[in-house]
Amino acid sequence: MRAFSYDRASAVADAAGAEARLIAGGTNLLDLMKLEVELPTRLLDINHVGLDQITEVEGGLRLGALLRNADCAADQRVRRDYPLLARAILAGASPQLRNRATTGGNLCQRTRCGYFMRLGTRCNKREPGSGCDAIDGSNREHAIFGVSPACIATYPGDMAVALAALDASVEITGSRGGRSIPLRGFHRLPGDDPSRDNVLEPGEIITSVTLPPPVGGRQVYRKVRDRASFAFALVSVAAIIDIQSGRISRADLAFGGVAHKPWHDPEVEQALLGEVPSPVLFARAADLLVAKAKGQGENDFKIPLLRRSLIAVLAEATGV
Amino acid sequence: MFGTYDVPDQRNLLDQTRQGIIGKPLDRPEAALKVTGTATYAAEYRPENCAEGVLVTATIAQGRVLHLHRDEVLSMPGVLGIFADKRMLRRPAQGTAGQAPVQDVREVEYYGQPVALVVAESFEQASHAAKALRIDYAPEGDVPFDAGKAEYESGQKPVILGDLDEAMASAAHSVDLTYTTEGHASAAMEPHASIAAWQGDVLTLWGSFQMISHNVKELADSLRISPRNVRIISPYVGGGFGSKLGISHDAIAAAIAARELGRPVRVVLTRQQVFDTIMRRSETRQRLRLAADASGRLTGLGHEAWVSNLPGEKFAEPVTQATEFLYGGENRKLAVNVARISRLTSGSVRAPGEAVGMQVLEAAMDELAEKAGLDPIELRKRNLPASQPGKDRPYSSRMLVEALDQGARAFGWDARKPRPCMRREGEWWLGMGVASAARVNMLRPASARVRLEADGSLLVQSDQTDIGTGSYAILGQIAGEMLGVPITRVRVELGDSSLPSGAGSGGSFGASSTGSAVFRACEAIRDRLAHRLGIPVEALELRDGIASGQGRSRPVTELLQGEALEQVGRIKPGKTQMDYAQASYGAFFCEVAVNAFTGETRMRRMLGAFGFGRVLNAKTARSQCLGGMVWGIGAALTEEQSFDLRDGRLLNHDLAQYHVPCHADVPALEVILLEERDAPASPLQAKGVGELAICGAAGAVANAIYNACGVRMRSFPMTPDRLIAQLPDPIARAAD
Repeated sequence: MRAFSYDRASAVADAAGAEARLIAGGTNLLDLMKLEVELPTRLLDINHVGLDQITEVEGGLRLGALLRNADCAADQRVRRDYPLLARAILAGASPQLRNRATTGGNLCQRTRCGYFMRLGTRCNKREPGSGCDAIDGSNREHAIFGVSPACIATYPGDMAVALAALDASVEITGSRGGRSIPLRGFHRLPGDDPSRDNVLEPGEIITSVTLPPPVGGRQVYRKVRDRASFAFALVSVAAIIDIQSGRISRADLAFGGVAHKPWHDPEVEQALLGEVPSPVLFARAADLLVAKAKGQGENDFKIPLLRRSLIAVLAEATGV
Repeated sequence: MFGTYDVPDQRNLLDQTRQGIIGKPLDRPEAALKVTGTATYAAEYRPENCAEGVLVTATIAQGRVLHLHRDEVLSMPGVLGIFADKRMLRRPAQGTAGQAPVQDVREVEYYGQPVALVVAESFEQASHAAKALRIDYAPEGDVPFDAGKAEYESGQKPVILGDLDEAMASAAHSVDLTYTTEGHASAAMEPHASIAAWQGDVLTLWGSFQMISHNVKELADSLRISPRNVRIISPYVGGGFGSKLGISHDAIAAAIAARELGRPVRVVLTRQQVFDTIMRRSETRQRLRLAADASGRLTGLGHEAWVSNLPGEKFAEPVTQATEFLYGGENRKLAVNVARISRLTSGSVRAPGEAVGMQVLEAAMDELAEKAGLDPIELRKRNLPASQPGKDRPYSSRMLVEALDQGARAFGWDARKPRPCMRREGEWWLGMGVASAARVNMLRPASARVRLEADGSLLVQSDQTDIGTGSYAILGQIAGEMLGVPITRVRVELGDSSLPSGAGSGGSFGASSTGSAVFRACEAIRDRLAHRLGIPVEALELRDGIASGQGRSRPVTELLQGEALEQVGRIKPGKTQMDYAQASYGAFFCEVAVNAFTGETRMRRMLGAFGFGRVLNAKTARSQCLGGMVWGIGAALTEEQSFDLRDGRLLNHDLAQYHVPCHADVPALEVILLEERDAPASPLQAKGVGELAICGAAGAVANAIYNACGVRMRSFPMTPDRLIAQLPDPIARAAD
């Protein structure tokens, strides 16, 4: 680990615009610093700036950026109105990590691509322009959607997948003022600059995530993984499905472990809306989803796995 | 008389002694220290003025180190020195090597090999400087990274009996199947760590080791010094599983740097370095040929394995080790072939051989049972020979039938559906599987000192290690039982090379071997006490500090007359090892659920019934069985080393990416310990248990998966990707 300076911010204003790497829970950043994948010279600890509450706003909930994942998942309002979010959080990490990890930090966690996390390999995300050792290498964990010739890494988290299905928004502040963006637009595809995971500009800080008013329906988070806990998703499916008069009236879907961001495909949702739920319909929707997928070799299995997982989730959510 | 064990000790002395503690589920005496974090492990000693060393690892796979840019790093804050010595280890030592492994880090043989040590005042300084050290390499060499592209050579003398091809051709029922298993890591909790300190020419090394008397020789030979000048201190070891049988890079690097700098040096491998450089269990390809007559009796048995290791390394995963003695079949071909490849060294990982050999043999037996129309338990029972095929020697004892029968009853095996896809719960197919367990038994040379103090308390001493297994507990129980001393008055000191040489911890032999040395020391003390009491030793009873027999009774302290009695006991393997086929046996039963959509497998429950001679401590023995079954679940479902085939580097080199089973993967486990006495195995009538409960476990899981969903998995671990490749598309079923 390289030597760094350490300061504590006491207010958000200290953090916004600061030329320092922000640290909250540190569950990912500290690991990467030990590996020297991240080499900040200045750390600014934002654990003491507040922003750790859940507040009710405009029929929805505002989750402070420093709200701990464990507190979020345990909150009665979250559990009642947004069970998808509680389940997604609880599907990730371990209790110890969830006690530390924060809403904002979780969104900013970095890929677990083995090449990214290992010095001495080519990685455009860690070292722009160096190349990508994953493309022709071991890529079982990697993306099947939205890849670029520069990067095939995935966003590894669970919480953000639920937030994408819930169509949450992210509030950001910086030296030039604040802005709010849809969560579905917060993470980027790698394109030709995979070093940027998301749209945060230098000096910007996430202050909260806002959940829209509850929508009802059945909410399912399905995480498929190599072991029963403490493993990243091979694929995951977040779904909110409602049925009115025997027809699907809501189908909000997002997918994890398959792209550089929580994957959202409006076409698949459209294919379900207004239809009578049936296995054939689910298969059609799943086929539509994976039609755009492309495997990298070792991760080819994710295509049938995602297809089967979506079918299972739709069956579970509709009771068909 | 050097303690050679030539004649089975049929006296069963430990059944006649009266203290009543042998076999009891006593707590480990060191348990409180361990669970409160106050047991001191290798890296936790605090010698004064200790410097911190961090290894630098190669970023090429094969070639020479041309130049270390030392100056850039020596000027960094706190840096004390850079070491890249020809004595430093390229490879760790194999178990029982007793001599230096491959040395000289100026050459690179596999990706991630240590090539230098950077020492600084603080760990952080050393760690950063180690990463900053630029190294120029000359990449060269053409050892392949992929066993598929390598030449194979024979890894052990093949066993060929009769004509297997003919037996296959004329069999009423047969299977000819090829399986693969992936590489495994030991993944012990405590990373490999050493602190070296010199006083003159004498090296003290606090380390984490399994076999101290061998490790002393390996250290001395590597450093070109006399073994008399090496002292190892290793009282607590946070798991070994084979990875600490021999010394590794940290020990030699710390010793060299400490000598040079004139101060103690600590070297702790990072988690990633442990994975990258210590020991792997080779991946295997295995071909199983089983030929049976119409009644299901085996007429032919073929088990051929293809494994890998670095060039020149003698160890070849002994995959067919249990196949040699477990079942009949007069026509045989057993062989292990090894490919020479450039990846980290392969060596002993808990239950080398049987761990991967038995799971595959037992999966193949399940397929044969189906073809023969027999219950898989019945097929196994029909194929237990009276003597070991080809060697014509009897079994010392074998509780396999009892394990299968008692296990089946306790598990409820009769509820198993005869065909796959007959039990479903929602998305999940449910099924049951069975497999035999078998692991060779070994007795190793061992000695131990027992001292009956003048106050009647006991001190047991050996360099035997306790790697989390319970050595402290069982050695104290043996001595207390033999000499009639309550366990609270027994002290056990282990893990110090200045003490008599125990067998060490490995191959499940530590308890029975070092335990036998303690037993013999106690026998000698019993003789002297009987003599002082004036009765034959056969009549002597010792209990709670009272010696009695033939109507006499006196406190032991009176017999001691103010002086301690001390004795070193010794044992060596002898004729009983050759005259009998010795192994521990058992049976696994499990119930699994397989998700018809996602191919995820979840264990519902698992039971193991095991016979391994006398149980020395029912709690620590059961814990070994539980741990073994968890390893079996890992081999079945989750554990898999992933290598980059372009340079042989290990990719999943931490505990986030290398998936040992977590709590949620492990269901309620039930263990049945079978009562057994095996006199040819040891004077304790005890055999090994440390590895038994892995050996075959993953086969039971594979068989249960088949019984659940009808998919025969022939590649391990049975992860969702491998399963869905064969699982029928559930939507077709739903649409029916």
